[in-house]
Amino acid sequence: MTHWLIVPVLLPALLGPLMVLWMRHDLLQQRVFGVIGSLLILAVALKLNTMAADGDVHVYRLGNWPAPFGIVLMLDRLAALMLLLTAVLALAVQLYAIGSGWDRKGWHFHSLWLFQLMGLNGAFLTGDAFNLFVFFEILLIASYGLMIHGGGPMRLRAGVQYISYNLAGSTLFLAALGTLYAVTGTLNMADMAERVAMMPAEDTALLRTGAVLLLLVFAIKAAIVPLHFWLPSTYANAPGPVAALFAIMTKVGVYAIIRFFTLVFPQDSVIETIATDLILPTALITLTLGQIGVLGTRSLTRLASFAAIASIGTLMIAVARFDTPGLTAGLYYLIHSTLAGGALFLVVDLIAARRGGDFWLRLRPAIRNTGLVSALFFATGIAIVGLPPLSGFLGKLMILSARQADPWMPAIWSVILVTSLIALVAFARAGSILFWKSHEMDPEPGNDTDEGEPPAPGPIPTKLETDEPIQDVDDSAAPWLSFMATGTLLAGSVALTLFAGPVTRYLQDTAIQLNTPELYHESVLRRQEGSR
Amino acid sequence: MELLVASAIGATAAAGTYLILRLRTFAVVLGMTMLTYAINAFLFTTGRLVVHMPPILHGHAQVDVADYTDPLPQALVLTAIVISFGMTAVVVMMALGAFIESGDDHIDMPDDDRIMPKLKTVDDPALTEDETA
Repeated sequence: MTHWLIVPVLLPALLGPLMVLWMRHDLLQQRVFGVIGSLLILAVALKLNTMAADGDVHVYRLGNWPAPFGIVLMLDRLAALMLLLTAVLALAVQLYAIGSGWDRKGWHFHSLWLFQLMGLNGAFLTGDAFNLFVFFEILLIASYGLMIHGGGPMRLRAGVQYISYNLAGSTLFLAALGTLYAVTGTLNMADMAERVAMMPAEDTALLRTGAVLLLLVFAIKAAIVPLHFWLPSTYANAPGPVAALFAIMTKVGVYAIIRFFTLVFPQDSVIETIATDLILPTALITLTLGQIGVLGTRSLTRLASFAAIASIGTLMIAVARFDTPGLTAGLYYLIHSTLAGGALFLVVDLIAARRGGDFWLRLRPAIRNTGLVSALFFATGIAIVGLPPLSGFLGKLMILSARQADPWMPAIWSVILVTSLIALVAFARAGSILFWKSHEMDPEPGNDTDEGEPPAPGPIPTKLETDEPIQDVDDSAAPWLSFMATGTLLAGSVALTLFAGPVTRYLQDTAIQLNTPELYHESVLRRQEGSR
Repeated sequence: MELLVASAIGATAAAGTYLILRLRTFAVVLGMTMLTYAINAFLFTTGRLVVHMPPILHGHAQVDVADYTDPLPQALVLTAIVISFGMTAVVVMMALGAFIESGDDHIDMPDDDRIMPKLKTVDDPALTEDETA
């Protein structure tokens, strides 16, 4: 039994408290250790990916207890992929937070960041349903802290809403787990799957209730439409880099749906097509409403928030049937939308900071570095809308071809294609307001000093005043780092296009592995080689 | 006993749900607390209700499984209580902070979150006065 599996959870769990205890007044040390922590997690995620690439399901038994009784962590291709994606996004966005000076706006940014990573990694690795709940809570607690980082009345109010909604979601999660435990008598996912498969069809009323409750919980996390109300205000009021990290948070919900409805409640079990029947129509509505929101909004941060909702809609359309081509396309789109969504929030933050904290879509004098910022916005828009040559195009194409033989094919194709057009119009409008029309206005008095001497870099002040909605560009420690971080995420989208062949083959293997859950049962329950 | 426990859980959950749907943060926090109580009691019952039976094995004598109650729900409830307690503390602090910062305890977002404010210009004295007031 290898101990690598627990490192992504243990490392931030140890480093976070150490940072709070010993570096609370030294921002430079926090930054250094925060980035080192993220780098180490990235390295471990790469290592775990090479481990998972052999197609086996690796199991780590905590305390070496045999499986249905002890808690297990399990690593398959999907979990490894999500770990890697999280690590890449977190590192890039953390660099952005340092470069733009966002991490100076309050205390403990970097330790909260590590706790967030701990929760995310744990949620991806765990093989126990109640343990999943605990890791959800950990990542949520950290996200509450990060969401109100910087303070201000609007952000606090949005935070209260966010917490209330998620708390209600958590109680629902417990209710679902309680129901499932009462029916199956176990919380280990593999064990639960076996018992669900053995259950006679006429006794499954309560089981179905539990499964649908669970689906609702994950739909709240993923912001699928009737349950999406928390997202726009929360993401629009969160600090830019935090919202960018949250791009992976909605994907946790999608991950949990994929995990549960391929492993525990597969289509051919007593649950039948209950998930598909619910998910596909709501996914179509999610996509439509999301893109209409993108077009209808008057604020940049909300534009990015609604784009996040729309990406979830597209993603759920792809995975709704839980078949191999759909899952392959969905996972490809998941990687793309996480990178592109994160980049969009960062670009929006770049723009807003250069407009004196004004994130409303209205005419303002031209901003400094217009060329670079507008190029980034252009590229991100292309990626989000799904135009060639970036990965959004390939992702949507794969989804369309995966759903070619579907009975719902006309609805799916028309919704995806029409909403893409709506998004294209929305982004073109936003871009022309922000960058083209602004040239017709007189430049602001303070904005022509860009060529002058930059202020000498003094010692980093530990903390700035908190009640500003947005980070001012003059406070940014290293603007080049912000640009580099945004560029990195976009480069990820480019790489995803260039290496689409190998990536798709890998994802196809992942989807096949997901659709053969017997391997899980085998690895978790039978092969107890590490335990007595 | 089953009827009593079930109706207690149902009543608490219903009251909690009603309170969550209110507009003020205090009611919402209270509702959240009641809802978590209901859920904790519900979790406790998932191992079936029995009386006079311990959840822990003791001694090395003959062990009959029928003499014990399911220990797992009790462990789950313990975890759930700790988490919900901490979460309630967080939401109380946040609600207090939001109340102090913004001056009212409504849970919904104010109009400034959706409606574009006017641009502040130097030659608009009415607006700047409004800002300082």
